[in-house]
Amino acid sequence: MKQTLLSLSNLSKQFSGKTVLDGLDLEIYDGEFITLLGPSGCGKTTLLRLMAGFEHPDEGTITLAGEDLTHTAPENRPLNTVFQHYALFPHMSVFDNVAYGLKMEKRPKDEIRQRVDEALAMVQLQDFARRKPHQLSGGQQQRVAIARAVVKRPRLLLLDEPLSALDYKLRRTMQVELKRLQRELGITFVFVTHDQEEALSMSDRVVVLKDGLVQQLGTPREVYERPANLFTARFVGETNFFPGTVETVDDDSITVDVFGLKRTLRRPDFAVSGGQPLNVLLRPEDIRVLDPADEQGVAGKIVERNYKGSTLDSVIHLADGTEVLASEFFDEDDPAFDYRLGEPVKVSWVDGWEWLLPGETGEALPEEDVSADA
Amino acid sequence: MHSVMQQPFKTAVLILVWGWLLFLVLAPNLLVVGASVMTRDPVSFLSLPLNLDAYRQLFDPLYLEVFLHSLYMAAMTTLVCLLIGYPFAWALSKVGKQRQLILIFLLIVPFWTNSLVRTYALKLILATNGLLNSALMSIGLIDEPLQLLYTEGAVIIGLVYLLLPFMILPLYSVFEDLKQELLLASHDLGAGRLSTFIHVIVPLTLPGVLAGVMLVLLPAMGLFFVPDILGGSRNLLVGNVIKNQFLDARNWPFGAAASIVLTVTMAFLMFAHRLSKRRIGEEGA
Repeated sequence: MKQTLLSLSNLSKQFSGKTVLDGLDLEIYDGEFITLLGPSGCGKTTLLRLMAGFEHPDEGTITLAGEDLTHTAPENRPLNTVFQHYALFPHMSVFDNVAYGLKMEKRPKDEIRQRVDEALAMVQLQDFARRKPHQLSGGQQQRVAIARAVVKRPRLLLLDEPLSALDYKLRRTMQVELKRLQRELGITFVFVTHDQEEALSMSDRVVVLKDGLVQQLGTPREVYERPANLFTARFVGETNFFPGTVETVDDDSITVDVFGLKRTLRRPDFAVSGGQPLNVLLRPEDIRVLDPADEQGVAGKIVERNYKGSTLDSVIHLADGTEVLASEFFDEDDPAFDYRLGEPVKVSWVDGWEWLLPGETGEALPEEDVSADA
Repeated sequence: MHSVMQQPFKTAVLILVWGWLLFLVLAPNLLVVGASVMTRDPVSFLSLPLNLDAYRQLFDPLYLEVFLHSLYMAAMTTLVCLLIGYPFAWALSKVGKQRQLILIFLLIVPFWTNSLVRTYALKLILATNGLLNSALMSIGLIDEPLQLLYTEGAVIIGLVYLLLPFMILPLYSVFEDLKQELLLASHDLGAGRLSTFIHVIVPLTLPGVLAGVMLVLLPAMGLFFVPDILGGSRNLLVGNVIKNQFLDARNWPFGAAASIVLTVTMAFLMFAHRLSKRRIGEEGA
């Protein structure tokens, strides 16, 4: 049975009149890897700082295993933080950095030495104990920061975009290593990121945040395959939106008109009625690019092709100007599989792979390039 | 490939810099070193043979006492500057950018007035019938004027007044560089305010403290006009000794030797400053 470790209830926070968190509720389970995902300014970093105790909420409570932490100072909370820029003490050796928290607890010298050695071994830095932080690479500094935070055996580890300063390859390695550490230590991880790929690949659960509100809370698969709203759909992964209109409604299915195509689709969870506008969501990998002579599908032409190694990603313009992203795996039997720019094609998808959302209006697109959180 | 324009410009800059250092830094200092090992001469100031008499004279109990008293007053000045400057610089780094600019401006404004003039102004405040005594008497705190002028305290007040900005500015710069995240990390790891101050803030601001000490301690031993105006005859600085040797006693070798001792002390402090910076990894590994 999943047990709640940290419980946030009705948290609100304003900074000089600007609402950053707006009555947010969240339960974090013991031992899980939960990710706070959202664009810059969505409140994810503020939420983390409230958990750490660096900020105090205007309203609401934070309880850890039944104990009210809302007004507890950071130094008295049984949780630790891995900072975005590591925040290693530059005047201390790697050993002293990791030992700092234990020294503050006034642990005996022998115990400190043993536990620091263990923590450094865990992140494969036992040979670097005497170095100063500035003598280490970015990845090594990152690992010291993690060792320093876990050596105190916190109930909860807060990670504030800890991988954002690393290059792509190192980030991949650290993702795997963080997952391994989390499994081995059994510590609950709260991970903040704006990188949806990172969120999907590492987390047990993902919290999608926007404007200080939870947009969706679910497993990576739920968030990707069954987004709760257009924001989540757009923010997590690439998505094609096809506007449709409901024509008939049956017990399990509905027929929808999409670009003049009549498709019978699974009936969604929300209420539908004839004539209602709908959004048909299709991930690029759900799209099928067909021969222009094919009977089904919507006509368009290839305007871009990107060779990605394992997939061929293409952009297709439909007659009405709608842009469609398609990502297709290479077919072993057809080595010549490729498109010419301007080539006429038809676009379709496999029945049942679509996801339906009610037709919303006035929804702004999230920023594509999301920089560090404010 | 260098453009045709770049090369002569580079050469000119290098000649200028090296020329400057050679003629205005190295040559005068070598002259002072030279003078310090020569013999005093009433007519031409300096003459042969070379000897170390001037340095020996520094250990004369009379001068040693002046030197130690000067060091004591300079040390007190530095301490007072540090005690005022450290919290001031800390607070300065915490206020908003707008107020920071105003405060730094206020700190620098007095530099536009000659320090000699400002020292005379201070004399007016500290004098027996000066502003301070009148004010204290008018509010009934004292019955008769205090002897403020011509005391050791007056010299230290004068030195602090003139040198405080030199303590605050380097401290302000290290506090500005002090990453807030490091303090949060310290709290996060279980350290309270005092522990964080001792283990994180002090070591990381130490280069600024040493830079401030360097900029205050040495000038505090050399600003001879401050004791001249505020201190009377008993509160002399090394600077007074040097000035007297050159202008009054006409003992150039001794004056030169005394100023070399000051320079060497300065060099030693600079070395300590570099060491402390290297410790926190600000300079190359």
